[in-house]
Amino acid sequence: MSTIMEQMPIVFHALNVGFLQTLKLFFVTLLGAFPLGLIISFGSLSGFRPLRYLTKLIVWIIRGTPLMIQLLIIYYFPGLVLGKTIWSGGEEGRFMAAAVSFIINYSCYFSEIYRGGIQSVPKGQQEAGLVLGMTKRQIFFKVTLLQMIKRIVPPISNEIITLVKDTSLARIIALQEIIWAGQAFLKGSQGISGQIWPLFFTAVYYLVFSGILTLFLGWLERKLEYFK
Amino acid sequence: MAILEVQNIEKSFDRTPVLKDISFSLEKGQALAIIGSSGSGKTTLLRCLNFLERPDKGKIIVQGETLFDAQDASSIKEKDIRMKRLHFGMVFQAFHLFPQYTALQNVMLARQLLEKGKPGFKENKKKIYEEIETEAKELLDKMGLSDRMEHYPHQLSGGQQQRVAIARALALKPDILCFDEPTSALDPELTGEVLKVIRSLADQNMTMVIVTHEMAFARDVADQVIFMDSGVIVEQGDAKQVIENPQEERTRQFLSRFSQTV
Repeated sequence: MSTIMEQMPIVFHALNVGFLQTLKLFFVTLLGAFPLGLIISFGSLSGFRPLRYLTKLIVWIIRGTPLMIQLLIIYYFPGLVLGKTIWSGGEEGRFMAAAVSFIINYSCYFSEIYRGGIQSVPKGQQEAGLVLGMTKRQIFFKVTLLQMIKRIVPPISNEIITLVKDTSLARIIALQEIIWAGQAFLKGSQGISGQIWPLFFTAVYYLVFSGILTLFLGWLERKLEYFK
Repeated sequence: MAILEVQNIEKSFDRTPVLKDISFSLEKGQALAIIGSSGSGKTTLLRCLNFLERPDKGKIIVQGETLFDAQDASSIKEKDIRMKRLHFGMVFQAFHLFPQYTALQNVMLARQLLEKGKPGFKENKKKIYEEIETEAKELLDKMGLSDRMEHYPHQLSGGQQQRVAIARALALKPDILCFDEPTSALDPELTGEVLKVIRSLADQNMTMVIVTHEMAFARDVADQVIFMDSGVIVEQGDAKQVIENPQEERTRQFLSRFSQTV
């Protein structure tokens, strides 16, 4: 049994590799869920009833069931039930399945925040744009959008911080993120086994990263304080 | 020829009639004041002129061109409406300035977007933008806001905000400028500075439709007055005559409440 000092380089290297996968899942989820959430929010605000009801049904199902179950279904359902795997084997396939699950799940949460943000911009803003001959598109991008962003930064920040830690749920389909990497030393990996401190130490990674995000989101909130 | 002709406009919300058979015309360079108690349909009428509401019946004709005809579905296509709106400017009771833009940007934005859609914009972008900026600065200067151009709406008083809103509407050079109770959200002191601006526009022969509760102002500045009550025009005519010597009992009743201020 090696000493902790000897274990450290091996452990930290493994945790860094795992954390990279965590970060990748985090950023890919945001990149996908930000725009998809906006599209879903348009659906839930649509004047066309069937579309509005369909959107609300989907949002209800996604928000009403655990993300962990969604991960399992999206990863295993095509192969086990339909008999047709759509995910490539190995880590790449697991990452794809995780990314798809996370994007769907988070875009539903985002869509509700967006909807609130859009609805909270006074109707007079839109009317002022209309009487000035702007198109609906111009009004959205030049008038409404920034006001909406200002209003949704605090609730979206909350979701973003939650997402940092939710990425660990991908462990359930054996995505090799940081929890998986830390847990490996409990079971035995690279000559180290029965060690729980690497798993405990993963918490520090999450804590530091969410700390950095909190600072950034706070800065963004202050940046948007120039108007009311 | 009248610059604006409104013919037999009717409008209901959920089967509650709000406007009943409204007709009037306005000559170029004239100011028309619309008075009447709250809920009489004044604001709805203005909103119809600006295509924020669709009348159920009637016609709106500007400079001989029929902009809206309830019986002719082709006159209410979304795309055309946008250009038709530009005949009218609108100043709202609650200003509705865009909070994320400075006073100057508020005045320039719509013009910039409009020019973007025109051919030859890319080649002359710099020149066009400079022109828009010069004109916007001139407008704000006329509104007495030359030292407030870089301020954001929340840094301005209500009166200043309303004057920016007037400049913003004027920047698109509308044929007819509409005001929806432009001073109702302001205290008496700020009301004065906004009325002064509207008065100077009248002196420059800007064609205007002004919904207002300021009777003295309507009498002195407007050429014509329309008194509305529950969706109908009760009395219309020369501003001074209607306000000082109303013919209809309902008008007299309404105006008597303002007798101290007139």
